[in-house]
Formats: sequence, structure tokens, C-alpha cells
Amino acid sequence: MSEQLKVPTMAQCMAEGRQPEVLFWVGSAGSFDDRAKKITKAFVKILNKANVDFAVLGTEESCTGDVAKRAGNEFLFQMQAVMNIEVLNGYEVKRIVTACPHSYNTLKNEYPQLGGNYQVQHHTEFIDELMKAGKLKIEGSTQLKGKRITFHDPCYLGRANDVYEAPRKLLQSLGIELVEMKRNRNSALCCGAGGAQMFKEPEKGNMDINVLRTEEALQTNPNVIATGCPYCNTMMTDGVKAKEKEDSIQVMDIAELIANSQN
Amino acid sequence: MNYIPNILFAIALFVGLGYFAKNVKKLIRNIKLGQDVDVSDNKSQRWKNMTRIALGQGKMVKRPIAGILHIIVYIGFIIINLEVLEIIIDGLFGTHRIFLEVLPQSVYGFLIGSFEILAALVFISVIVFWIRRNIIKIQRFWNSEMTSWPKNDANYILYFEMVLMTLFLVMNATDIDFQAMNSGNVISQFIAPWFSGLPETTIHIIERSAWWLHIIGILIFLNYLYFSKHLHILLAFPNTYYGKVKPKGQLNNPEAVTKEVKMMMDPNVDPFAAPAEGADAEMPAKFGASDVQDLSWVQLLNAYTCTECGRCTSECPANLTGKKLSPRKIMMDTRDRLEEVGKNIDANNGEFKDDGKQLLGDYILPEELWACTTCNACVEACPVSIDPLSIIIEMRRYLVMEQSAAPVELNNMMTNIENNGAPWPYNQMDRLNWKDE
Repeated sequence: MSEQLKVPTMAQCMAEGRQPEVLFWVGSAGSFDDRAKKITKAFVKILNKANVDFAVLGTEESCTGDVAKRAGNEFLFQMQAVMNIEVLNGYEVKRIVTACPHSYNTLKNEYPQLGGNYQVQHHTEFIDELMKAGKLKIEGSTQLKGKRITFHDPCYLGRANDVYEAPRKLLQSLGIELVEMKRNRNSALCCGAGGAQMFKEPEKGNMDINVLRTEEALQTNPNVIATGCPYCNTMMTDGVKAKEKEDSIQVMDIAELIANSQN
Repeated sequence: MNYIPNILFAIALFVGLGYFAKNVKKLIRNIKLGQDVDVSDNKSQRWKNMTRIALGQGKMVKRPIAGILHIIVYIGFIIINLEVLEIIIDGLFGTHRIFLEVLPQSVYGFLIGSFEILAALVFISVIVFWIRRNIIKIQRFWNSEMTSWPKNDANYILYFEMVLMTLFLVMNATDIDFQAMNSGNVISQFIAPWFSGLPETTIHIIERSAWWLHIIGILIFLNYLYFSKHLHILLAFPNTYYGKVKPKGQLNNPEAVTKEVKMMMDPNVDPFAAPAEGADAEMPAKFGASDVQDLSWVQLLNAYTCTECGRCTSECPANLTGKKLSPRKIMMDTRDRLEEVGKNIDANNGEFKDDGKQLLGDYILPEELWACTTCNACVEACPVSIDPLSIIIEMRRYLVMEQSAAPVELNNMMTNIENNGAPWPYNQMDRLNWKDE
């Protein structure tokens, strides 16, 4: 990205004696995975454009522990949680936004019992609010107009937390044609990455889950498969490659689609 | 002499209800083998869930054909059972259609007429259910965990209902006075001609036999419940009440682990301190679950409530792609093992004797547990709020925290988190590098 991103850290803000309105929780995938980093930057571009007073933890952020918890390692999860909560509470963080539904779910639902109480939003909910408040607009002619886009519901956003409409509203604001897969919203099929599956080979079976889900997406004959989760993004991208459709179908995060619609 | 039928009826009723009560006690005892869990929260939400999901059949219609047929059978079951009240009074006091003396004839006719229509509808629905299972062979009824007993159990239930509905209609059709009254015999008037050539005494004998077989059939069916997946007709209500009221994505944070973690992170804790008096008793025997007694009683209630419809398995991404995992099997295994443990306790004077078996390994394999994506599709699909995912997670906890038996790639991932705060082997100090790339 050519333009300079403004990414203040909590430590800098504290040194300047100010409290940012919201913390952007980048997450491990958003920090290290090459594809997910693009989503992170797209979201920051939106935050900058809308002049949101935000900060990141930077090197003070650590894995939420979601994958460890789902893998059964409750010790490791709670160690991560307690350390993160100490940092977050130290900075008196009240509000968090994240582009990762797994971090979202863990921070929102599993940290409170361990002493971390924050208002947590998924980036699609946050962007939706920015649009509603008039702080962000879809600008100019977007090359997406009229394109067919299908939305793959991330399990940890949808079924896990009942967020189905914010991402769809954002997509529709782009003037695209939203086409639903047969399994959508609370009956959406998982991409195959949750529950720590992202980090291991699947058990023996007759097919990979991401390929099955990609087939369902391809049935809608889309130009773009949109999603709101870095793991889903990886799985669907791999699925599209397995189906040799990578030249005609893009897998994009909603933040990227919105960021691209900005001048 | 005239009192013999009354006495026989009272005995049948007493034996039928008594045996059922005995088994219900056993059922409660087995469920209570589970770990205690606090369910006193969110009372109003819990009542709402029970009303909507169990009473209102709210999740059944997600699959419209099965859902609507099920609602017919459900309503039929509840309403026709009003008739059982009359049968019991008649049986005990030697009366005949006692409500006819209490209610105006038109009201009585209306009631029996509705029962007859429902009985016919239930009969038809049950036939369709049977066809779906045995002729159309819908996939979820033929998965690998549907071995001979689960398949037979399902069919026995359908046969029971067919027979009971038939007996009810025949009983009305052969009741000469009732037919003569010609009010409420909406369906039975079409059955009555089948018997018209017979002498009146024979018709009366058929009527009495149908009446007796009907009520005895009901008592047998009641007692069959305990041995069958059909327990859901009772347990769906408590199960939806005690079901999860938190967001589906939220897993519990076991307190035992929290205590350990807090101690580890507290610089003031003396690592060599002798445990306080009686502190040992507070330590959990193990982390996670390897057998049914390690699960919570709500999870055990879940297992007894499961009616093996297979909606969970038919939505499970792992199962759909040929993996061994089937959420329905998790529930069936949990119940089978729980019943085995219960029988063990019965055979050993109320004390469980180690039988060298457990839920993990003897029933549920690690390969099944590790195939789960924790996507909650099974939890969402269950029409009676069963949570197979929570059992899978408890058993993964045992595998990881007690046995260090995670797949090797997951061990690598966890080591990375421990060392550098990310599931991948990247340096924590590089977390913000994306900003300048």
C-alpha cells in the first residue's frame, strides 16, 4: 500500500497522555499471515479514512488463546487470557474492534469471567456503525457494481454470536448483487478451519471441508466470495484454487471490498 | 364377581405406573452421576426456551415435512391422552364413557370427534415416518451409528403408535351405543360397517378387547420409554430448560484451571507450601472428561434426551466429508456408557466397580474428537437443545491436559503460543511489522 498508514500503539498514546476511543485487536493471523495482513491494512485504511481515534497493542498483543482452548488446552488459554487481560486493563481499554471472529468471540464471551470486560465488536459491525454515523461513505464508481457476491458466514460470527446482518448490509451498500448459498446464516457450512483445524491435517475422510464449502459457493456463480474471517479467507482461497477458479473468482474480506470503494 | 375387571384394571395400572416410577428413579440416579453445575441463572430465558423449543416445537419446522408431521403426532399425543383420563376413571369404577354423563352430548361428541380426527392424522403421519425410514431410506436414518437396535427401536415406536391409534378407532367403531348416538364418530363411522355382519355379542367382545388392549398398550409404551430413544417426549422439556443460555460460541472456563493459573501467576505464592488442611478434597480428580461421571449432569440429561433424529450429524461438516465424527454418535455413546455404569452400580449394591472401560477409547475414539471444527452446526440443528460440542471439548481437555495426547501439529501450535504468543513460530517483537510492509 503506497499511502502511509497511521497506526498508533497504546504505548504511544499513553506516553502522549491520551486514551484512544477504541482498541483494534489485530490478532495473530492479522499480524503474521500474509493474506490476513492485507485485511488488517484494509481495515486500518478505513479507520484512517473515517478518522477513528484508535490504537493497537502492537508487540504487547499476544494470541487470545482461542485455538488452544478449542484444542482442549485450557491451561494455555487461561494463561494467555490472564496476560492479555492484564495488559488491556492496564491501558483501561473499554472498547475493542477486531477483524477476526475467533478473537471477537473469545474477547467478548470468554474473557469477562476472567476479569476482562470490554465492549467488543466485529469489524463489520464497526464499519456499519461508521456508515450509519456518516463518517464513512461508499465513494465514486466502484468496480464492484453489479458484480455477484456471495457471503460465507464465519461460524464464530454467525452461529456463535448471531451476527448475520451487518456484513450483508455492508455488501449491499456496495451496489452489488448479493447471492446466498443454499446453506447460509445459522445453517451455513463451516469452512473447516475452526476448533484448531487450521493447524492440523484433517482426519481421514472422502473430501476436505473447504472444498465442499467452495463447491456450495461456486453454485451461486459468484464473481467474489466475501467473508469476514482470516481463517475462512485462507480456506476458501485454497478451495477456489483446488477448483482451479482462482483466475475468475476472488476471495475477499468485506473490509477489503469497502476499502477499495474509497477514493 | 362384578368387581373383577375393576380390580384387574387397578392392578394393571398400579404395576404399569409403579414399574415406570422405579425406572424414572433409576434415570434420575444415573443423570445425577454427572458433575454438579449451576443452572439457577437466566430463569425467564430458560422458561422462554422451553416454551418455544419444546412446547412450541419451534425448531422442528426448520425441516418442514418432518416438522409438520411431528407436530401432528405431538399434538395428537397430548390431546388424545385426555381420553386416557376417561378410560382410567371408567376402568377403576366400572363406568362406561363417564364423561358422557358429565358433559353435554354435543361437547362430548366434539371432543371425541377431534380425538378421532387426530388419531387418523397421527396414523397417517406415522406411516409416512415409517416410509421415510424404511422405504425412502433417508440418509440420516442409515448412518453407521444406526446399528440394529437404534433402527429397530425407531420402528417399534412407530408400530406402537399405529397399533394404539387403530385400537382407539376400533374401540369407538365397535361401541354400538356410541355409534347409535352418531355424534363424534367422525372417523369410526367408516370403520363400524366392517363389523356390521357380526353378532352383537361378538362386536361387544371386540370393543372390550380393543379397550383393554388400548390401555394396556399405553402402559407398556410408557414403560418402554425408559429403554428407548423415545424418552425425548418427556425429557425434551427439562432439557430445553437446562440447555445453554449463553452465546453458542462461549465455552466455559473451568474454575479448577482458573485457580491453578491464578496461583501460577501470583508472585506471592510459595511453591513449596504444604497444601492447607482439607485442600486435597477440593482438587478435581482430573481435568476434562474420560468417562460419563466426569461430564456434567446436564450433558448426561442431553444423552438421555437424544432421540437419534440425526439432524446434528446431517449438518456436521466433518461427517459430511466422510470423517468418523458424528455428533449423534457422541450422544448415543454417552447414553450407552451411562446405562452400562448404571447397571454396574445396580449389580454392585449401589457402588460402581471399575470395569476397565470408559467413554473415551471404548466408545468414542480420539479420531472422532479431533475431527470437530467446533462450528456449532450440531448444536444449532438440535430440535431439543442438546450440546454435543460441549462433550467433545471436555474430552479434548482430558486428552490434552491429562494425557498430552494432542495431534503433533497441535502440540507444535501450542508450543508456539507458549513461546512467542502466536500459533505460528513468529517473534512477538515482529507483531507490528505489517504496518511498514
